[in-house]
Amino acid sequence: MTHAGDAVARLVRDEGTRVLATLVRVTGSVDLAEDAVQDAVVRALETWPRDGVPGNPRGWLLVAARRRAVDVVRREAKRLGKEADAMPAVDPFPDPVSVRDDLLRLVFTCCHPALSLDAQVALALRTLGGLSTLEVARALLVPEATMAKRLTRAKQKIAQAHIPYRVPSAEELPARLSGVASTVYLIFNEGYTGRGQLLAEAVRLARLLAELMPDEPTALGLLALVLLQDARRSSRFDASGLPVLLAEQDRSAWDFELIKEGVALVGAGLRRTPSVPNAYVVQAAIAACHDLAPSYSETNWDAVISWYDVLLSIQDTAVIRLNRAAAVAERDSPAAGLALVDALRGLEEYPWWHASRAELLHRLGSPSAAGALERAVETGLPAAHAAHLRARIQKENPGENVRGFTESG
Amino acid sequence: MPQYAAIIFASDVDPTKPEAADMMKDYHEFHDGAQAVIRGGAALYPTATATTVRVTGGKGGDIVTSDGPYAETKEALTGFYLLECADLDEAVKVAARIPGAWDGAIEVRPVVDFGQ
Repeated sequence: MTHAGDAVARLVRDEGTRVLATLVRVTGSVDLAEDAVQDAVVRALETWPRDGVPGNPRGWLLVAARRRAVDVVRREAKRLGKEADAMPAVDPFPDPVSVRDDLLRLVFTCCHPALSLDAQVALALRTLGGLSTLEVARALLVPEATMAKRLTRAKQKIAQAHIPYRVPSAEELPARLSGVASTVYLIFNEGYTGRGQLLAEAVRLARLLAELMPDEPTALGLLALVLLQDARRSSRFDASGLPVLLAEQDRSAWDFELIKEGVALVGAGLRRTPSVPNAYVVQAAIAACHDLAPSYSETNWDAVISWYDVLLSIQDTAVIRLNRAAAVAERDSPAAGLALVDALRGLEEYPWWHASRAELLHRLGSPSAAGALERAVETGLPAAHAAHLRARIQKENPGENVRGFTESG
Repeated sequence: MPQYAAIIFASDVDPTKPEAADMMKDYHEFHDGAQAVIRGGAALYPTATATTVRVTGGKGGDIVTSDGPYAETKEALTGFYLLECADLDEAVKVAARIPGAWDGAIEVRPVVDFGQ
């Protein structure tokens, strides 16, 4: 597709999501609205590149989609021998506030806790991310037929159980927003481990949430976190597709526009949480410390460690303690870090715990590094990370035979 | 307005036994508070009184009755309410006030409206 064609396609998709949100409110059915909007989007993609983009693209799509929805309702009514209820007229030029609210309603409907998390992620990608069923299936590594069934079931449950199409009330909002945020973050994490398309959708959804709820620390922190991590996208994998550790990434390739935006959002998030900061904001602050360091060794480890302390005061988990210990190893000494890592309990099956031990033992020149690495592999350390660590241990201890690996060039 | 069956799964209690009195008090309180949306319902005798009916070989087949509930679990079907609520969120809020939800669970299911 040409560059201009790309821009039209993006515009159609963005406006399509907004029109979908409005049409779901009007028709009360995700299924019907989706069918109608898809029809309008196809027409737009056929005519706009040829005739030019209309003056009010959203109004154009809304009129086209509404017409299609009315046709479908009439046809269905005729089939059942019933009078078609008059569909409420839609203002073809809805004001920005109602569009904002419609989108917000759609976000909370897709991420309703009465739906399974799988269904929430799939539905959010399908309706809010604008992915086709096939794309969602590919993204989540599920056969297309399975994904189609999952989406159908979710939409049926919304219709039959009358899952309301509304923004939760103030007292429900924190609990519901955290569900929405984890859905988006889950999509982001799926993308972060290698599926780039999901990454872009998650950033889009996080932007949407922050735009819709500009005063919610959760929304601000989530967007900050995904932007600050996404800023390192182009240096996280080498030419052959292997992951590159933070310490060895080419920092000049990082996206400083995204970093600037993310850092500003951390500030905005902190200003809105006078007492206990939001966990997403704190995680974003840690990411910001890394993004702002001119080099790995010049990272402000004091700041990183204090943010981890704040995070531990919000949610105390062994994994967060492990990450904090890694920062202590950088600031103080490998021995200090190792003492903290060794003191952690309950991570015996967590590959990154063994990998951290292997790394620190190796730095201390201990022959036990090889055994720790072996345990990391047994518990599922990704092969690329294992190979990386093994190469370093072997290079500096040529006499050391690291079992469990074959030489790989 | 949609109707929902709020099906109560809780520890089996015999409502005729005196120790059920305290629990019944909670249910009376719930009933009074939720009167506006309750359209029906019933408490059930304990699972020991249950009879399970199956027809083998489908329609017209042999009737097989067995003693006991359909599923033998720690928590039993102890009763249900028929609620009329605006949407699932309201039904969930009401269901959370049913005493059975406090130590058991309530399954909320939309009722099919054949009249539509």
